[in-house]
Amino acid sequence: MEVKLKKPILDLNNRLAQENRELMAARGIFVLDLLASPGAGKTSLILATIEALRSNYRIAVIEGDIASDVDAVKIKEAGIPAIQINTGGACHLESAMIARALEALDLDNLDLIIIENVGNLVCPTDFDLGEDAKAMILSVPEGHDKPLKYPGVFQVAQAVILNKVDTLASFNFDEGAFKESVAQLNPHAVLFPLSALTHEGVVAWAQWLSQRIEEKKSCNS
Amino acid sequence: MHEFSLMTGVLDAVEISARENNASKITEVKLVIGAMSEVLEEAMDFAFEALSPGTLAEGARLTMTKVSPKSRCLACGEEFEHDRLHFACPRCDSLATQLIAGKEMYIESMEIET
Repeated sequence: MEVKLKKPILDLNNRLAQENRELMAARGIFVLDLLASPGAGKTSLILATIEALRSNYRIAVIEGDIASDVDAVKIKEAGIPAIQINTGGACHLESAMIARALEALDLDNLDLIIIENVGNLVCPTDFDLGEDAKAMILSVPEGHDKPLKYPGVFQVAQAVILNKVDTLASFNFDEGAFKESVAQLNPHAVLFPLSALTHEGVVAWAQWLSQRIEEKKSCNS
Repeated sequence: MHEFSLMTGVLDAVEISARENNASKITEVKLVIGAMSEVLEEAMDFAFEALSPGTLAEGARLTMTKVSPKSRCLACGEEFEHDRLHFACPRCDSLATQLIAGKEMYIESMEIET
């Protein structure tokens, strides 16, 4: 006997993501899900973003890693609340993990939550966490051909950050070819070439994020 | 390898539905997977083999129907199929296109024995 289901495989994840989204909408908190491969500079960019925005906004960070709390420690040392999620081997974060992390944050006193997803260019792209935007980082040493190899992550990202531009001279990275393939895969994405180390270009990224935070706050007021 | 997470969701859902339908056994599980998702069929097969023993779906056949990417041009209205990398409208070359198929990830149906 045939039983029709027509049920999304990620039904449970999507429902919990929607609950997270409603909880954040009620409080006007903007949530950014940051995706990148290991070593692209997620934590460094988060620290640079905190420096750029902390005088105007109340920020918290949710750190997703397979193991360890080294990233959360770095964020806490900067004086910002950080919740560490250890996935215990899983290659991505799921909305239920975010729901638990949100319970541990002081949601009445926040404007921005940055989720640092597990370092991976594939698995996190299919999972809605309840975020307002996914952004992805590619770093110069990874090579300009990555959009063609990992199209999915470039397509879900509202913002594409090219990090470590201070090393452009040392790598055979074709910035024109990179921009062209991103534009082809995702014409709506905003591109931010920057260096989290030297802070070159961080202002433009911080302005984009500020604008999104303001939009979210105004929706709530 | 997020396919293990996905397959856990599939098996939970079919198991619940099978029990509601008084099934003694699930003989086939049919999934629909869009080519624009990050799902690898081989990894889904592997996850199914690893996770289904001990469930009602033990020994069942897993079939996956792939959906090709399809977009609609926001400039001229053309609807067209394409690959994972190219979205420009073949009629007017516009890049302002919207994906209308290819992101699917759902359980279509299952075959059960009561």
